Amino acid sequence: MALQSDRANGGSGLNDDIGEAKRLELYRTQVTIREAEQRAYDLFLQNLVKGTSHLSLGQEAVAAGFAGAMQKGDLSFCTYRGHAHTLARGVSVEKVLGELMQRDNGLMRGKGGSMHLTSADHGVMGSYAIIGAHLPIACGAAWRAQYKGQKDVSVCFFGDGTTNIGAFHEALNFAAVWKLPVVFVCENNLYMEYTPIGDVTAVHNPAGDRAGSYGLEKIVIDGNDADAVYRTARAAYDKARAGRGPSLVECLTYRHSGHSRADPAKYRPEGELERWKERDPIKIYRERLLQFGIGEKVIEAIDAEVRNVVDTATETCKAAPMPPMDILTTDVYADGGWAWRN
Amino acid sequence: MVEITYRDAVIRGIAQEMQRDEDVVFLGEDVAKAGGVFKATVGLYEQFGPLRVRDTPISEQAILGAAMGAAMTGLKPIAEIMFSDFFAVCFDYIANEFPKSRYMSNGQLKCPLVVRTGNGAGSRFGAQHSQSVENWCMMIPGLKVVAPSNPRDVIGLLAAAVRDPDPVIFLEHKSLYATKGEVPDGEIVDTLGSAKIVRPGRDATILALALMVPRAVEAADKLKAEHGIDCEVIDVRSLVPLDTRTILGSVSKTHRLFTVEENPRLCGWGAEIVSIVADEAFYDLDGPPVRITTPHIPLPAADILEDAVLPTPARIVDRVKTTLNG
Repeated sequence: MALQSDRANGGSGLNDDIGEAKRLELYRTQVTIREAEQRAYDLFLQNLVKGTSHLSLGQEAVAAGFAGAMQKGDLSFCTYRGHAHTLARGVSVEKVLGELMQRDNGLMRGKGGSMHLTSADHGVMGSYAIIGAHLPIACGAAWRAQYKGQKDVSVCFFGDGTTNIGAFHEALNFAAVWKLPVVFVCENNLYMEYTPIGDVTAVHNPAGDRAGSYGLEKIVIDGNDADAVYRTARAAYDKARAGRGPSLVECLTYRHSGHSRADPAKYRPEGELERWKERDPIKIYRERLLQFGIGEKVIEAIDAEVRNVVDTATETCKAAPMPPMDILTTDVYADGGWAWRN
Repeated sequence: MVEITYRDAVIRGIAQEMQRDEDVVFLGEDVAKAGGVFKATVGLYEQFGPLRVRDTPISEQAILGAAMGAAMTGLKPIAEIMFSDFFAVCFDYIANEFPKSRYMSNGQLKCPLVVRTGNGAGSRFGAQHSQSVENWCMMIPGLKVVAPSNPRDVIGLLAAAVRDPDPVIFLEHKSLYATKGEVPDGEIVDTLGSAKIVRPGRDATILALALMVPRAVEAADKLKAEHGIDCEVIDVRSLVPLDTRTILGSVSKTHRLFTVEENPRLCGWGAEIVSIVADEAFYDLDGPPVRITTPHIPLPAADILEDAVLPTPARIVDRVKTTLNG
């Protein structure tokens, strides 16, 4: 996959504008997502993660880079493939796995499920399972910031398939006309569910090639390089905070797993997964850390710590009770209940 | 006390709330500089300025989505969808997003917003600009649904809707915009979920909503004057929350129930109320409840055809009279 960008390559140059502490954070976030998502898959096969689950295995750098460049108070809006973005904002593995396992210790005590992870305290303002719905919602949050003179940025993550639904185009135009502090992040993993995105899209870059329609710069980056993602995110957030309007970023990436559940992804041509695994974001980032003189021992220690966190969270969730029946009818309305009549 | 139109009541209601609370903002198509296609928002742009009263593109999903995002994060938006028929192109927000975010997030997210819309027939606009869609909204857990019939209720219920912490669908009837009514001076704030007995009576209960309220009252006056039948007319006003107490109380007194509904027959709001009455007040009834509705057809455009399908005072009189007198 050739990298197409109108912007100077913000990739892996040997400069140190990111710094060691941030790099270690970006690495830890990616490994946390990798381990938690792999665990979610294993637990799904054991029927302990129920319903559905959409993994971001292979797409960790996008979540880590964009979250890593955020400030406290910035808001994330995710799709059903939102575990990664939720974890990247610092929500605990236990809370996420608990919700996937539909336990009482889950983020929403089992009332939302895997596709709706929400942690308002961490700025995760919901994961939306209707394609495109959250792009206008992110616009609204950004409108509030603009109206109140607040400096937070609303960041909206979605897949390549979203670029073909009406709400995408409505939101892009709306955000551009109102100059809203919102950043739209397209994770182009090459497949809308099972169909190659190129088979159903009139342009080569599903997001990037649409940017011009809304007066925005075409930005297409290597979504498997957390440094490139981080730098792009930082620039887009700076632009938003400065009152210069929205950005649309297309991140080229690839999901190692199927679309959802236990999808074996047989629709992919032979060898494609293997080629992308050579560009595994975590592999790339380990090499990056070594390049910058961070020792293998430090890296291995992070790996071990993360594994320990995920193991502990798994055991805690397995032992956690199921949600109690008394939450069935709570929080339908703001009075806490569900009464629709007197 | 002053007599104003239903249209001017909308303006006064929005202005009252925007004046009270700077977090109240207003957006929609042609609502700002043009003052709205029904002229129901004239002057708000001039009074509150371009940051609070905003014209949008023809993007109903963007309008409702933006209202939701703003509501979630601290504003109290009023969004206008020009014709309620257009709910169909932004129904995701009405059905999936507004009403479910609080529940799905276990109470972490809020959605305090109002969607105002022009609802109902009488303008000869045909099947895609004339529908009564209150039943589309009533069936969704997490929403509140209000439909005022007169200027005073427009102001009071709009204020209550803006101040309510839940998403409220506010259905203004297009054929009522030019009608007049008296409203008191000063701030008016009503409560959601209270029906109003607009004409007391002993022989039968007639439930009506929005444009059907004046028609039911006219019918009741005729029934009394010409046939000696004394009907109690109740303006339901709020479908969710539903004031079943007032409705059941009336049925226990009159022992007869009629609903006058502009929505097409299947799954109209009256069906739900009849089912509640059948469940809870069956032995209060002296006869089967009767629903007077628009038939289950798309609305025709021609005036003679449209007039033939909407419940009219004459049709209400006829149904009540033949039902009670055999």
